[in-house]
Amino acid sequence: MSKGVGVLALQGDYAEHQRMLARLDCPSTQIRKASQLASIRALILPGGESTTMLKFMQEEDLLEPLREFYEGGGAFYGTCAGAILLARTVTGPSQPSLGFMNIDVERNAYGRQVDSHESFEPCPELGDERLPMIFIRAPIITSLGADVVTLARHRDEAVLVRERRILVSTFHPELSTDTRVHRYFLEEVA
Amino acid sequence: MTGTQLKLKTGLADMLKGGAIMDVTNAEQAKIAEDAGAVSVMALERVPSDIRKDGGVARMSSIDMIEEIIRTVSIPVMAKVRIGHFVEAQILQAMGVDFIDESEVLTPADEEHHIDKQAFDVPFVCGCRNLGEALRRIGEGAALIRTKGEAGSGNIVEAVRHLRSVTGHMRKLTVMGHEELMAEAKNLGAPFELVSMVARDGKLPVPNFAAGGVATPADAALCMQLGAETVFVGSGIFKSEDPATRAAAIVKAVTHYQDPKALVEISRGLGGAMPGLDVATMDEKDLLQTRGW
Repeated sequence: MSKGVGVLALQGDYAEHQRMLARLDCPSTQIRKASQLASIRALILPGGESTTMLKFMQEEDLLEPLREFYEGGGAFYGTCAGAILLARTVTGPSQPSLGFMNIDVERNAYGRQVDSHESFEPCPELGDERLPMIFIRAPIITSLGADVVTLARHRDEAVLVRERRILVSTFHPELSTDTRVHRYFLEEVA
Repeated sequence: MTGTQLKLKTGLADMLKGGAIMDVTNAEQAKIAEDAGAVSVMALERVPSDIRKDGGVARMSSIDMIEEIIRTVSIPVMAKVRIGHFVEAQILQAMGVDFIDESEVLTPADEEHHIDKQAFDVPFVCGCRNLGEALRRIGEGAALIRTKGEAGSGNIVEAVRHLRSVTGHMRKLTVMGHEELMAEAKNLGAPFELVSMVARDGKLPVPNFAAGGVATPADAALCMQLGAETVFVGSGIFKSEDPATRAAAIVKAVTHYQDPKALVEISRGLGGAMPGLDVATMDEKDLLQTRGW
């Protein structure tokens, strides 16, 4: 039997990600403990507060099991806080991260909540229709490694990027009704 | 309010789910809360138990204090305004506060009208004791609802009452015939469109958090099991013996709320909880939850 898809459920909008997966007829499991990683092939790190999730990962010894999961062939999709957790380095302020993806990110880089915004941007990989992008106290990817592929941009910044088995968006497709990013993750990345 | 505005406002509330939001009165406490894993801090001058003790008029916190907290932490910062005091809200929005709580904990500025929250870009959270009150606030533009409980009491009984009232009433709506909904909207004193929406979805159109009286990890997990998506903790942290330890424990209890074995470990060695009040013997005029409608 093929392994399933998990959503890290320490904190944040994990239920919204599960709703997107359900719309694509993909059942999913809430992951809170390292032992549960054995049953999945792909893990979504949802939006939320990266400081809160990071604290859980550190205190509940999830960092090493997540590294083993990745090195053992597991795939990741991180949105917003999830992107921050997957990045190589984090600033604004600086904090530790999993560092699986060769990107640098700056937290809350657009400003505070009043600077949160929605935009519709082209993403040829996912079809002709523009992709709705909801940015909530979002980070900005300040630099990308050579192997990181940019799939979509907003205000000249890369906002949807992929490096091998890792997909990252600084916006929240799970808060829209457009399932294309999740479908792409399931079909092309995971 | 445009669809985009609504998505951005409730979107931030979505990001706070499965977390704990903590009352803090200075930058040092805000740092303790952030380090403990709080998803957000609520800046206010005095925690509710002190407001209750000191009496007098409780207003929006000092600008200097809120600004210092904004500079100190990287998580979203909330602050309270008096019910109906839309100018306090304009000031907080201009300062870049991330979420405004139109709160019964402060002394109301308007006994008839709540703030027109649709007129603001910043999202609002409002308290409620029942479904009608929740839907009235959502009708005014609240992006997040919290059940009121009895702030500063250290007693969870009112939070439980209000949560059960909201969730129980929502369940009732889902089995009602469509022809019954207008009469029910009249009984609830709530907009028909919102009543119909709840009848269809079985839940509020915005996230639903709990507040008022949370003092222990078990209290926080109880609220979550009763249907809250996040908890606000007020006096419960900084009026306890060991705030940093208790704050971290409550954060964990919200994530592992369905796991009693984890809750055992989380509840160990916390030191004393805040002293509590017996709400049943309190004078009606001393209750904070009856402020607003």
